[in-house]
Order: sequence, then structure tokens, then C-alpha cells
Amino acid sequence: MKLVTYSNRENWAGWSFIAPAMVLVGLFMVYPILWSAWMSFQTGKGMMTKFGGTDNIVRLTQDPIFQRALGNTLLFLVIQVPIMIVLALLFAVALNNPRLRGRAILRTAIFLPCVTSLVAYSVLFKSMFALDGVVNNTLIFLNIVDEPIGWMFDPFWAKVLIIMAITWRWVGYNMVFYLAALQNIDPSIYEAAKVDGVPAYARFWRITVPMLKPVILFTTVLSTIGTLQLFDEVNTITASAGVGGQPADATLTLSLYIYNLTFRFMPSFGYAATVSWVIVILVGILSWLQFRVARER
Amino acid sequence: MRIFTKLSSFVVQALLWLAAFISVFPFYWMLSGATNTANDITGGKVTPGTALFDNISKFFTLVDAPRIFFNSFFVALVGTAITLIITSMAGYGFEMFRSKARDRIFGVLLLMLSVPFAAMMIPLFVMFSKAGLMNSYAAIMLPTLASIFMIFYFRQNTKAFPHELRDAARMDGLKEWQIFAFIYMPVMRSTYAAAMIIVFMTNWNAYLWPLIVLQTNEMKTITLVVASLASAYTPDYGLIMIANVLATLPTILVFFLLQRRFVEGMLGSVK
Repeated sequence: MKLVTYSNRENWAGWSFIAPAMVLVGLFMVYPILWSAWMSFQTGKGMMTKFGGTDNIVRLTQDPIFQRALGNTLLFLVIQVPIMIVLALLFAVALNNPRLRGRAILRTAIFLPCVTSLVAYSVLFKSMFALDGVVNNTLIFLNIVDEPIGWMFDPFWAKVLIIMAITWRWVGYNMVFYLAALQNIDPSIYEAAKVDGVPAYARFWRITVPMLKPVILFTTVLSTIGTLQLFDEVNTITASAGVGGQPADATLTLSLYIYNLTFRFMPSFGYAATVSWVIVILVGILSWLQFRVARER
Repeated sequence: MRIFTKLSSFVVQALLWLAAFISVFPFYWMLSGATNTANDITGGKVTPGTALFDNISKFFTLVDAPRIFFNSFFVALVGTAITLIITSMAGYGFEMFRSKARDRIFGVLLLMLSVPFAAMMIPLFVMFSKAGLMNSYAAIMLPTLASIFMIFYFRQNTKAFPHELRDAARMDGLKEWQIFAFIYMPVMRSTYAAAMIIVFMTNWNAYLWPLIVLQTNEMKTITLVVASLASAYTPDYGLIMIANVLATLPTILVFFLLQRRFVEGMLGSVK
């Protein structure tokens, strides 16, 4: 990398261009991040706080609600992200076939969900998955189940519902990244593989996946960060009477727990900040792991 | 072998159309729901009904719609304009005037990209309430203006900006800000257009932060109105569907009119 030496005037211009953004980033990001790190060592309720050392970390280990929120969040992550990435990849590969009929319509249709706001689609899902709702009716009509599934009342099915909802919203979004990356693969590689008699699934695993590795990594990291911050859906779809994460905290996530600690219960900012740093650390560890795994392969 | 290939391509086709159906069905559900009563909606009625005008009139009596839409459009449009100016200036500054110090700052910004909003939420809340800015447009917009993602996006795209243009403009005696405003901005207009769509949608759809800072009904955005109607003890889905259609319409319009740009904006930072 070659860095030119600048005249004073140019150097000054360089700083001026980035200055407004830096002031805002400093005020509304760096400062809050540092402050929340400091807060995470404070204990007490409301504005009456005092330094508590590692008290909050000890509290984390003894807090069953936190552990439940952590468990739920990790479960969503471990199950939903792989399902979504695989589906998005398969759709992208299928839609990349130029001989496929109705390609443009299919692509637009599958992509469409990601224009809706998280709240808007959550409300739609909530109404479709009502006890006597359209989904249960269809399942009963098709003889898949005998009696309606309690999507919002059963801890297991509530989790399934959340996973299905997020998958619906984001598969098309990720698919578009893969479709764009597939355009950059030279078709002659596939032709050569075909001539050599490499079967379709092997072409997928040996050519497509390795070639798309950077994009897959990028989308996996983005999805991981997104899922760790899951809030809108569990505060809407599985909310009842305004309290999210139902039934019985079966879909409570870390972000929702932070929100509850800060705004629903008597605020304990310090402890809530500690929980938020659990997310920061998880994002850090998982992104690092994903980069490691991607590099080794 | 040939039969097998035919069969598998048929299965792939069928699965894709099924996926497309599942993707589109909730949109149909929303539109047909807007014409049905709350009971019909939770009862799973798929066909359109006759309650459309009833739902509409309920919505407009319960919600101060002009005010809510003003809030949503104001916050989304003003926020987008300021975001685009500030982040494109920063992206331009980082790329066109590279120095060790600024490159290092940019590296720190990239690291901060992965710090979740949850970690800033509580201090931001305390800051804004101490500053007496709660329940204001400024409170919704300020923390979103300097989007690091957008700075990154503009820097990536600035790499494609021909340096000769800048050099020529300097020869002509233009000042640096003039080069940015009168040469860079017009040349990069498609980059701006794509960014505009992404930022507008993000602002329009924002939920968690507005939920925290907005306290009165007349300050709410349409997204928050949908959420609060849905969190009622017995939600009236008929009128919620009307609210939902109105909340989704602008983003769907933008999507269909500018689909290519939308995708460009999404992909812009992976280049």
C-alpha cells in the first residue's frame, strides 16, 4: 500500500470530510459503548447505583431467566442460520440455471419478503398462526395434523414458529448475495467438470461452495450478528398482552431480556449493560470462529 | 438417465414454485385481511370479505393518520438525506485522502460494525433523557445518522471514482468541497440512489430505538402504530391489516420501481 504525502491543505481536507461522521460516531457510538462497559460494573436499581465489581457477572451465573434467554438465543442461532444459509444457497443455484422457466418471477417472489418491516411481517405471522388460523386449518385439511397446533402456546412450537418466521424473512435476502456471486463464476469450469463426468452434487460441493466461500462467510457473519440481536419478532409474534417472549419465556432472547430489564421492570441499568456485553462477546467470539473455519477449509 | 434428469428438474421446479408461493402468500393474506373482520382473520378466512370500508374507517378514527405518516416520512426522509451526506463525505475522505492515521481510524470503525445496538441502547437512553430530548424527532434520528455500514459502502464505491476527474478539477482551481459537491456527487448518483433506498427502508422500518424514545401517540411512526395495535389485549386484526398495508406500501413501491438499484445497494459493500 502506497500512501502519498499530503500538503497541509489536503491533509486538512481529509480530516474535514470525515469530521462530521466522526463527531457523531464518537457521541452516539464510542461514548455509549465505553459507558455501557463502565455501567456493567454498577449495581443497584434506577439512578441509585454503586460500583459492584464483579457482582453482575456473579448474578449472571445465578440468574435462570438470563440463562434461558441465552439458551434460546443460541438455539435460534444454531438451528436457524444453517437452515437459512443452505436454503438460500440451493435456491440461488437452482435459479442460476438459465434454462429454468419463470426465473425472474421466482426470484422476485422469493426476494420480496425482505422489503417488509420486521414488525409488519411479524404481525402477519401472528395472525396466520392463530389457533384456528389459516395455517392450522390448512394442516388439518391436508391431514398432516389431527388437531390445531398451539403455535403461540406451546414452548416448542413457539420456537419453531420464530425460526420459520425469520427464515421466511431472510432467505431471499441471502439468496441475492449468492446469485450475484454465482454470476462471477466462469461457466466453463462447470462445463469442464461436466465433461469429466462430475455429478451435480459434487459440482455443488466442489465448485460452487468453495467459490462462494467469501460470500457465505459474509452472510453467515451478518446473520449471526442479526440473530444474536433478535428482538422485533419475539416482541411481536410471541407476545401476549404486550409482553414478549411468551409462552413462559420460551422465546425470550437476550435483547428482549435487556429491554425488559431496562424498560419493563424497575430499571437496573448496570445489570442490563452486563447482559448486553454478553452479546458483544458472543458476536466477537463467533465472528472470529467463523473466520477461522473459513480460512482453514 | 434422461428420465431421471427430467424428473429431478421437475421436482426442483415444483419446490421453487412452492417457495415462491410461501414467500408471497403473507402479502396476499395482508391484502385480503384488510377486507375481512378480525374474527374472520383469526378464523383463517382466505377469501376477500366485505369489511374493507369498516376497517378503514376504524383505522382513521383510532389513529391520527396524517400525523403518523408525517412522522414516518419526516424521520425517514430527513434522516436519509443527512445520513447520505455525512457518510458519503466520510467515505470520500477516507478513500481520497488516505493517511496512516485515517486508515487506522477506519479499522476501528470496521471493528465497531460488529458491536450490537443492544450494547449502546441503555447509555443512549440515559443520554437522551438527561438532555431532555426524549420523544423528539432528533432522538429517533441522531444515533442512526453516522451509519458505519454506509461509510464503508461509500468508501468501497469511491474506489471506482476516477481520480483524473479530481485532478482536472484541481487544475481548474476548484476547492476540495466544490469537487465533492459538484463533481463527485453528480458522478456517483447511482451509488447515492442505491444507498438512499437501503437507508430509507431501514429508517422507515426501525422499531426498537423508536420504541424506546417515543412516548406519546402523536410522535409515533407507522411501524410503531402497527406494533402497538398488535400488542392490544385482543388485537383487532381488521384494522391492523389496514395499518400494515399502509406501513408496507411505501417500501413495496420503492422495491418494485427500483428493484435493480435496491439489489445494487445491498451488494454494494461486498464488492
